[in-house]
Amino acid sequence: MTNEVMLLGGMTLVTFLIRYPLLAMSGRLTLPPRLLQALNYVPPAVLTAIIVPTIFMNGNSLWLGVDNPRLMGSLAAIGIGLWRKNLLLTILAGMGFFLFWQGVFG
Amino acid sequence: MIMASKLAQRPWQEFWAGARQTIPLIVGAIPFGIIFGTLAQSSGLSFAGAIGMSAIVFAGSSQFIALGLLATGTPLGIIVLTTWVVNLRHLLYAVSLVPYVKHLSQSWKLPLGFWLTDENFMVAIQRYRHDDPSPYKHWFQLGSALAMYTSWQLCTLMGLTLGASIPNADAWGLDFAMVATFIGMTIPYLTNRPMVATVVVSGMTALLAQGLPHQLGLMVAAIAGILTGLVTENHLEQSDD
Repeated sequence: MTNEVMLLGGMTLVTFLIRYPLLAMSGRLTLPPRLLQALNYVPPAVLTAIIVPTIFMNGNSLWLGVDNPRLMGSLAAIGIGLWRKNLLLTILAGMGFFLFWQGVFG
Repeated sequence: MIMASKLAQRPWQEFWAGARQTIPLIVGAIPFGIIFGTLAQSSGLSFAGAIGMSAIVFAGSSQFIALGLLATGTPLGIIVLTTWVVNLRHLLYAVSLVPYVKHLSQSWKLPLGFWLTDENFMVAIQRYRHDDPSPYKHWFQLGSALAMYTSWQLCTLMGLTLGASIPNADAWGLDFAMVATFIGMTIPYLTNRPMVATVVVSGMTALLAQGLPHQLGLMVAAIAGILTGLVTENHLEQSDD
């Protein structure tokens, strides 16, 4: 129990100390133009860095075959996303195709 | 008079628009939250511990990683360190928000900071960068944040209570919903060559750096992608001159 309190306290503290301080100081910060320009690339860069290993890695090895349901589901999501440009539809199509493919090869 | 009452409504219009815009992301996060609740108890976290983690840490992927580490008996300090590294990406979100929140009071900045997540940032930054002059865009971020927070708590609770009756809920791979969501959020950015270069380099680096300890590869890949976008953009501008 004490351990859980310390775990939650520690995780909360380190997370909050990443999220908040820059916002707290923002009134006194002026970002250089080059940094502002770079920040335009934050959303796609971070999103891609999060998902790519999840899609391609199986333990410690690359999984590139058509029997990889995450890869096939991702391709379906990319296709639908580029075609229809609708976020909800992209999520549902990707998820549906992933589950279907997992059923086929699972 | 009519103008004044219309203006007075604007903050709440922004608030609800933010919540509405977050609905697809909530759909993507529901399975994730439920699996977290399901896995929590088998990893050795108590019912209250799982509820508390979602309520006060409120950072999905680090919560998952913490469960995995708990299950293998990892020391507390290492779990906290890993949480820190995994959540470092929020620093990039916070810097990005600086120009848009600097005029707000601390009573706004504090909750907006606490509720800053991947989903919240992605929705909010689009609103902030949209070039209409609304002075209430932070209400949009708040609406999105509260929608995300509320649904995450409900999903955790559902996973903890109903999860036990779903056999092997974690083996179904339902967390793929998050991947599909993030793909859907990335696609609108792919409108020019620097953005495409960013995504390609970030993805390749994420694979190459995958073995780095404490999930450090994520930050390395994100920064490599950002720098690639910047360099490509400046290079293209120069060759246009």
